[in-house]
Amino acid sequence: MSALTIRNLRKSFGFVEVLKGINLEARAGEFIALVGPSGCGKSTLLAMIAGLETVTAGEIYIGDRLVNSVAPKDRDIAMVFQSYALYPTMTVRQNMLFGMESRGVPKSQQVEAIARVSALLQIGALLDRKPGQLSGGQRQRVAMGRALVRDPKLFLFDEPLSNLDAKLRVDMRTEIKKLHHRVGKTTVYVTHDQVEAMTLASRIAVMHQGEVQQFDEPQTIYDRPANIFVAGFMGSPAMNFIPAEMTTVDGVDAVSFVGAGGKLVILKLQQPSGMFEKGRKVILGIRPEHLSRHNAEMRGKEGLATLVAPVEVVEPTGAETMAVLRLGELEVVGRFTPDEAPVMGEEMVVSVDMTKACLFDPTTQRLL
Amino acid sequence: MADLALTDTHDRDAVSASRRQLITRIAIYGILSLFALVYIVPLTVVVMNSFRDQPEIARNGLIAFPQSFGIDAWWSAWDSYCIGGNCEGMKRYFFNSLWMTVPATIISTMLGALNGYVLSKWRFKGSEILFTCMLLGVFMPGQISLMPWAFILGKLGLSNSVVGLVLVHCVQGLSFTTLFCRNYYISVPDDLIKAARIDGAGFWRIFRKIILPLSPPILIVTVIWQFTGIWNEYLFGVVFTSGTQQPITAALVALTAGGTTASAYDVMSAAVLIGALPPLLVYFVGGKYFVRGLTQGAIK
Repeated sequence: MSALTIRNLRKSFGFVEVLKGINLEARAGEFIALVGPSGCGKSTLLAMIAGLETVTAGEIYIGDRLVNSVAPKDRDIAMVFQSYALYPTMTVRQNMLFGMESRGVPKSQQVEAIARVSALLQIGALLDRKPGQLSGGQRQRVAMGRALVRDPKLFLFDEPLSNLDAKLRVDMRTEIKKLHHRVGKTTVYVTHDQVEAMTLASRIAVMHQGEVQQFDEPQTIYDRPANIFVAGFMGSPAMNFIPAEMTTVDGVDAVSFVGAGGKLVILKLQQPSGMFEKGRKVILGIRPEHLSRHNAEMRGKEGLATLVAPVEVVEPTGAETMAVLRLGELEVVGRFTPDEAPVMGEEMVVSVDMTKACLFDPTTQRLL
Repeated sequence: MADLALTDTHDRDAVSASRRQLITRIAIYGILSLFALVYIVPLTVVVMNSFRDQPEIARNGLIAFPQSFGIDAWWSAWDSYCIGGNCEGMKRYFFNSLWMTVPATIISTMLGALNGYVLSKWRFKGSEILFTCMLLGVFMPGQISLMPWAFILGKLGLSNSVVGLVLVHCVQGLSFTTLFCRNYYISVPDDLIKAARIDGAGFWRIFRKIILPLSPPILIVTVIWQFTGIWNEYLFGVVFTSGTQQPITAALVALTAGGTTASAYDVMSAAVLIGALPPLLVYFVGGKYFVRGLTQGAIK
């Protein structure tokens, strides 16, 4: 049974259409991430699920109940806001009690819920403090605590980690993952951070310009992005895009493009041959980690192709080293282990893992 | 020449700078003291006269150091002085003012808070236009509404009554209180309201439990503003009431216009002070919150 179903959902503000027919569904217990650049409509979509924005057209079902015109409080949801939205004049305890008091939950259950949640989130010591006396991370916990004291059908998170510093963000990310594992509630999580989406979600909806570009499991989205936007948005550094042309080598499909020094580079594809006519324009997508320094062991190995390119910039991060290679007009970023990292100015022989390569149509931008 | 100037420059600059600073300081304090004096001298004269005997005032003039001390003038002003043929002193008018000011302040402040809450957190189609219209009231001189009010009070049967004045001041004050509160509430994050809505709280519960507890700074500002404004208001008081229904500001004028007997400056001084005390007290008690509330911005 699906916990949340969204059918052909549209939203317009005046003449501006911000959501253009969204279709999504979340199975019970699933963790769905809505990810996309700012202005893609993901927060609006979440607000509509919460009932804080009206629906222009389409349907939202929570469980099997149509909730289009149901008030937020009656949707059986809990939400964590980016700003935390803790009530500033109330203590942590009162913040968590507020919702239960509004709903007339019996006193004994209120006490029990506070005890359960403060143990779960380790905020027992903070119960009598005001939000102003808490650090960012503590506020974050309390905001989650306020959502958790209820037992809602659906958890909604609106960029809950974006106000935290980098280190705390990573810690809290792990925390949220553990929490979801333990509580097992259906969750919709909005973020602009593709790493958060990848690490947390059981399925990701990548949004752009008011449309869902792809809705699938994280690894699928990463390996087989539906279009150039998804390919470029997910993964950092971003996937390299190289305009190329179809050709054949020894009866096998290959792509060719002008590389360093104006020389033609031809890379053999791993896909079954005969799928594309010769001379067709394509865009070759290669992730940085699928480039590596060519060595003797690699020679003749299936699926690997080589090219030579001068190294323009080297950026070590410690765990790995990024390098910018020049391919004619284009720059290509590669991700190398420190011991095989190139040096500046080197003419590097690079091995390309063509089994992982993606081909896109230059006009429709779609994956071929 | 150039060398000399170079070696000397540093020292001379420092000396002249510190001298300049001193002069500036003296000038600032001098000017401030002068202004303070301008405000304080009349008050001092009135306070002193309220404790002097009338014969002594007559003998030594209005502005002179007290040769005598007594509080008879205060008792007389409060309890027994004759104003317009009514020998009850100021107390009736003092309470008229109090019964007018306190309810009008409370009602207009509460309505202003409610208006501000709606206009900032529950916007609806046309709410901005409505707010702009309400703002017109801030700039509208009171005398424009004299005729309409006279008509309305007459129709309601509230002419020449304190209740009528309460109504007038509630409505006249509404644009100010709404403006104050709306501008304050606009800085309360909308997410708080959204969170509360999801938490199951309705319009009133959000107002009582979330907005009102955040409001003391602006409510203090509004209360002080309304209290002093309504207490000191004269025009409506003198136009819409007469005789025993007048507020203290109107009665003070009747006191001086009394006529036949020689002016009793001691009693008048005491009466004026009785009329001035409540707003002064309110400001002394709440003044620091007033300044703080006016300058305080967003709530985190």
